[in-house]
Amino acid sequence: MPKIITANHLVVGDVVFLAEDGWTPVVDRAVVADDDAALEQLLARAAQAEAANIVVGPYAVDIRREGGRIVPLHYREAMRTRGPTVRPDLGHQAELGSQR
Amino acid sequence: MYRYDEFDARFVADRAAQFRDQVRRRLDGTLSEEEFRPLRLMNGLYLQLHAYMLRIAIPYGVLGSQQLRQLAMIADRWDRGYGHFTTRQNIQFNWPKLADVPDILDALAAVEMHAIQTSGNCIRNVTTDQFAGVAADEVEDPRPYCELLRQWSSLHPEFSFLPRKFKIAVTGAPFDRAAVKVHDIGLRMHRNEAGEPGFEVIVGGGLGRTPMVGKTVRDFLPVAELVPYVTAIMRVYNRFGRRDNKYKARIKILVHEIGVDAFSELVEAEYRAGDHAAGIELAVGEVERIAAYFAPPAYEDLPERDPGHMARLFENRDFARWVRQSTAPHTVRGYSIANISLKPIGGIPGDASSAQMRAVADLADRHSFGEIRVAHEQNLVLPNVPKRDLFALWEGLVEADLGTPNLGLVSDIIACPGMDYCSLATARSIPVAQAISRRFADLALQSDVGDLRINISGCINACGHHHVAHLGILGLEKRGVESYQITLGGSGDENAALGQLLGPGFAADEIVDAVEAVVRVYLADRRGPEERFLDFFRRVGIKHFKEAVYVPV
Repeated sequence: MPKIITANHLVVGDVVFLAEDGWTPVVDRAVVADDDAALEQLLARAAQAEAANIVVGPYAVDIRREGGRIVPLHYREAMRTRGPTVRPDLGHQAELGSQR
Repeated sequence: MYRYDEFDARFVADRAAQFRDQVRRRLDGTLSEEEFRPLRLMNGLYLQLHAYMLRIAIPYGVLGSQQLRQLAMIADRWDRGYGHFTTRQNIQFNWPKLADVPDILDALAAVEMHAIQTSGNCIRNVTTDQFAGVAADEVEDPRPYCELLRQWSSLHPEFSFLPRKFKIAVTGAPFDRAAVKVHDIGLRMHRNEAGEPGFEVIVGGGLGRTPMVGKTVRDFLPVAELVPYVTAIMRVYNRFGRRDNKYKARIKILVHEIGVDAFSELVEAEYRAGDHAAGIELAVGEVERIAAYFAPPAYEDLPERDPGHMARLFENRDFARWVRQSTAPHTVRGYSIANISLKPIGGIPGDASSAQMRAVADLADRHSFGEIRVAHEQNLVLPNVPKRDLFALWEGLVEADLGTPNLGLVSDIIACPGMDYCSLATARSIPVAQAISRRFADLALQSDVGDLRINISGCINACGHHHVAHLGILGLEKRGVESYQITLGGSGDENAALGQLLGPGFAADEIVDAVEAVVRVYLADRRGPEERFLDFFRRVGIKHFKEAVYVPV
């Protein structure tokens, strides 16, 4: 099962995803681990970022690829990529618009 | 209203300064998240699904207009222009940045507010009747006792690390608007045969994953003995409450496991063993001192029937409808209690924009001696409105989109934030509340349905009080999708009862139809409009609804 790493940004609290070049609010830019070895590498990077006080509480999320996009399998994680479903003007869905 | 004395002000300012230093150390890496987490939680700062969330205490739901304006300022300056009033009479901001929280706490301290003990295993904000001090059916004003408990429990060294969180609710009226039977300790004021005020002490109620109605451990506790006696209860809980299992750590489990009689004996033994005489004496003077802060405002001598008000009622049907649904009898002649619905049709229950907060603050200054209350139903109250002013108040509320005349009706729904905000949630609550509200948008239909309270929780922790709703909805996850269970027949008042499960859950796109089916059964089969939903349910039982709702689709 392919996975990505998510966490919350320490200072702002926003949902972020581990990308090649650091942490991003755009889920489609997340690095995908397709096997256990790749996942371990990502988790090690995430732990470093947590120790460096960049993010809080990183964990792995199951995803599927849809075209060029990354879609978390669980609805909770799908909502985290966007923001409150009842306030489309708030959260990543408002700030990122078409990027997501 | 209670005003901070020098000690209170210093204590809250010191605490804000302490948290500023803790945040600084977290941001520079001196503190790890593991070390910082309990410190931020002690100051009401959670990390939720999308962002941090700051929960601010509104002691027993009483707010001054200056405080509400300051909350509006905080919403605009450091959050996203709105706040969410909770089922514990508090307010939450959903988007603060960690680095800004020390400034927010300073801004709160400037208006005698804080976020202390809005989280953690301590005694939380004491809650009460939103009509306290002005309700026509009241035995005595419970606010001085709430304030006494607040002062006693704030940073109480013995009770800062309890087995689990602890919630106390007080009502001064026989009609229980504070749901005291579903709190860790519920206190119901009444008078003994000599006419002296005292408390029925109820222990071990609660909702959550193991809902229970509290048991009475003392029929009549003289008011002066309140703090010593509650101390004895807390000591028994602190000593015998379970710490091995988070889900069995609330006092309700202790009371249930050893039985109310054994629990009561332990409390009485502790109470007898302690040297409480000095505490009782102290409490008498302290209650008098505190009660002075709650002296009635300078009411005018007004006629019971204001001719201008009566004429407006006659001329304007919308106003008359709002008055009928939103006002309650006041102790003082010529005055009303005015409820403000935070449940516009299709809106988010309990949310208020900063503009609405300012509008309410201004209306409170103009028409209610500058005082506002927060109800656990997630509505606001202006407790002291001259009847003569009701029309002007209503016009102001309508202008601020706060004039929905649905108080106590089917669209006045309690809903926790659910998965739209909360990291513990298993399903969303708010969209379900919005959809039900839209389905029953027709006010004539709502009036016909009458007294039917719907509460929605997005997980088993039951912040939405679904167990005590006439129609409760619990959102769960079932096979990877949201699923909603219905319970019927619950009640949080003086005849508290837990709802009964209707049957298997409904999918997100079925739940509103299921709710409507329940309501249609009631409308079709009730003896008449005078038979309220709850009475109908108690007469016909859950099976009657089951057969109608689960007909083959």
